[in-house]
Order: sequence, then C-alpha cells, then structure tokens
Amino acid sequence: MIRVVLPYHLRTLASVGREVQLDVAGAVTQCSVLDQLEVQYPMLRGTIRDQVTKKRRAMIRFFACEEDLSNESPDEPLPEAVVSGKEPLLVIGAMAGG
Amino acid sequence: MSGVRVLVGTRKGAFVMTSDEKRKKWNVEGPHFAGWEIYHLKGSPANPDRIYASQTSSWFGQVIQRSDDGGKTWEPVGNQFAYDGPTGTHLWYDGTPHPWEFARVWHIEPSIHDENTIYAGVEDAAFFRSKDAGASWQEMPGLRTHTSAPRWQPGAGGMCLHTIVQDPVNANRIFIAISAAGAFRSDDAGETWRPINSGLKSPEIPQPTAEVGHCVHRIALHPSKPDTLFMQKHWDVMRSDNGGEFWTEVSGNLPTDFGFPIDVHAHEPETIYVVPITSDSLHYPPDGKLRVYRSRSGGNDWEPLTKGLPQENCYVNVLRDARAVDKLDSCGIYFGTTGGQVYASADSGDNWAPIVHDLPAVLSVEVQTLA
Repeated sequence: MIRVVLPYHLRTLASVGREVQLDVAGAVTQCSVLDQLEVQYPMLRGTIRDQVTKKRRAMIRFFACEEDLSNESPDEPLPEAVVSGKEPLLVIGAMAGG
Repeated sequence: MSGVRVLVGTRKGAFVMTSDEKRKKWNVEGPHFAGWEIYHLKGSPANPDRIYASQTSSWFGQVIQRSDDGGKTWEPVGNQFAYDGPTGTHLWYDGTPHPWEFARVWHIEPSIHDENTIYAGVEDAAFFRSKDAGASWQEMPGLRTHTSAPRWQPGAGGMCLHTIVQDPVNANRIFIAISAAGAFRSDDAGETWRPINSGLKSPEIPQPTAEVGHCVHRIALHPSKPDTLFMQKHWDVMRSDNGGEFWTEVSGNLPTDFGFPIDVHAHEPETIYVVPITSDSLHYPPDGKLRVYRSRSGGNDWEPLTKGLPQENCYVNVLRDARAVDKLDSCGIYFGTTGGQVYASADSGDNWAPIVHDLPAVLSVEVQTLA
C-alpha cells in the first residue's frame, strides 16, 4: 500500500484526509503513483501535473524520506521505504509569498 | 416570493448572498473553495439552480466547479483546456513572439438557451465551449487562429479573454473582448471571428486606430437592443449602434473615462453605468470618492451616484467582472471592490448599502433574479 500525503487545498478538493493510500500495480514510480492517484481521485487531474504532458506543475514538489525527488525522472523507482509503505510520498505546494 | 442570489468570486473563495425583493437583509454563505482564487461564477439562464465557477491557483492550476442546487453543494467537473492544434505565438510584453500557454479561465458564460452548454474565456486568449455541462471542453480555434493573433499582446493582467456577450435575438452572434487585442464578433456561433474595433483610438499603441491591439475592458448590451453595444475601454467609454461595426466615444462629462466595468439597466436600454477610476497608473477612484456614474441617455451626460458610498479616503478598484444588475421591477445593481466590499442598490443606483465589508478582494459579481 502506497501512502501519499496531499497539501491542504488538494485534500479539500478531493474531500479526503491528510493521507491517502493507493494500490499501485507494477513498478512504484512517481508516474505510476500519480496515475493511480488520478484514477482514484479524478478531480485531482491537472492539479499536480499537466494532463497531457504529465510534466509536474512548477509550484509542486515531491518529497520522501527527507529527500527532494521533484527533479528525479518520473519513471525512476521510488525509495524502498515508500514502496513498502513505511514512509509516505509527500506532495507539497512550494513555499511562495512573503 | 421573488428575490436575488448574488454570486461573488474573490481572491480567497466564493460567496453566495441571497435576499428577498426588498434587498435589505442578506444571507451570506461561504467561503466556498476557501483559499482558491475564484475568477468568476455564473448561473445558467436556462436553469438558475445550475451555477458554474472558475476556481484557480498558481500552485494547483484550473478547476471548474458546478452546482445543481443553487450553490449549496458543488462538484468538480472537467478542467482540461487544451488548445486545438498548433498553438502558434502572440507578442510578449517585450514585443518578441511567445507561445500560447493556458493559465486560467477568466470568464464563464452559460448559454442563454441550453443549461448544458457553456462558453469559457481563457488566458492565453482563446474561446472554449462545453456541451456536456462542463464535463469536457473543446476550443473553438477560429478566434485564436485569426490572422491578427500573432500581433496580440497581453495587458497587465495577462492576455485574457474576459468578456463574452451573447446576442439574445441572434443565437449565432457572440461578442468577446480580449486584453489587449480588442473586441471581436462571431456570426456563426463561435466558428469564425473578426475584429470590431473601428472607431477606437488607443494612443498607448503604435497605431492608435489599428485593427487590433486595443485594451477593451468590458462590453455590455441590453437584450431589447442587441445591436447597441457599450464599451469601457482602457481609456474612453464607447458605444456602437451597429453591432460593433463602428464605435463612437460617449465619455462626455465623466471625471475620468478610465475604468473597468460597464453595465446596462435591466429595463432602460439607454441607461448605463460605469465606475470612473483615476488612471491606468492609479487604479482607484478620483479624490478618494467611490462614485458610480449613470447616464440615462446612452452616454455623454453622466451623473454621479454617491448616496451610501464612501466619499473620502477610498482607494479601492472595481474590476471588470465585478458588477451586475438584477431584473426585478426596481432594478438592482451590485458591485464588489478590491477592498472586499460588496455594495447593493435596489433603486437603479440612487441609494447604496454594503452587503458585506470585509471579504478578500472581489474579482467578480453576478446576480440571478429568482422567481
């Protein structure tokens, strides 16, 4: 079971709590996790990545295991701790403002 | 009992305000979509319980919400706005070519005739249509691929298609406006478009009478006279009596002819309203006095409406989509400010009172007249 923590505004949009759990078939990558997230919560399509190009939105970041994975290839396997469900994948709205 | 429902979009959510026909006591619900920018909400003329909202965020992009119960509950619907075919380029602020990029939906215009058909004006400027109540959106690319499009340039707020006006008599005729390209008209329900900017003069562009490049802020018409259009341009208040073929200035005795919204009285097709703003450099009312100006002669002769509006130390703006009129016998007028006030008049603008004082900056105001 893959755990994904969503930022506040996406939780309210999807009407879910802080963390959602996903069954991801095959290799566990950013792309496959987000694919399953969007299947389970279709209202999130386009809010984390572009619906056509799948490119991450500029002000979204992906953290896990105290690492910034935002600029890793979306097809790279996620850390084993995320795959095993020990640690969540954090979807973060980038800090901005002042 | 008749009444009104006022739909207010703000920088931090949407609010729904209802009242009876007296429009004295208000029930305010919200914020809906708290924390998100709500550029526009509008109800379907064909089904007033159906309301659409454009919900946007620099972080999370575009969401479209639909309510089927008058704004009590909402459901996210389709939010994919893909340009149809090669996007081409328009001019960037520095005059260099820049590819079209979708940013947000500025304006939602439900069809007069069909509750499932909606038009959307977006940034970068393009005209979209949904025929399934917002589940999916298709660009009508005839506008974006007009031969003049490579010369369009963004205004300060982006290159936005912010105004969509349907001709209530001729269902094939639609007017739109883009900052800063100008006004356009379609006579085939949005398939093809042509600029309608003859008569406009904009000293801010190299050729002040050019075919395109004008910063049109808003267009309005009265349903009984659809060939008569009123326009608030960046500077200048204009009118056309031939469907936009030619425009003449009707700024007359206004203290300044810069501003954003323009509206027509519900029952008097020659009674129009503007809110003069000091200048393009000073986006607040002259002398710190918030004044709506009314002309009962279709322009040129204007009178200030001030009763109930702040007449000192007022430095707010009223944005282009932030005013609306209802259709009750005594016509009501509503507008919101960047200071978070929403004002209402139940007597054609003679007297005003705030519905709310302290909302986030108001981006849009629409009103539904309920039976």
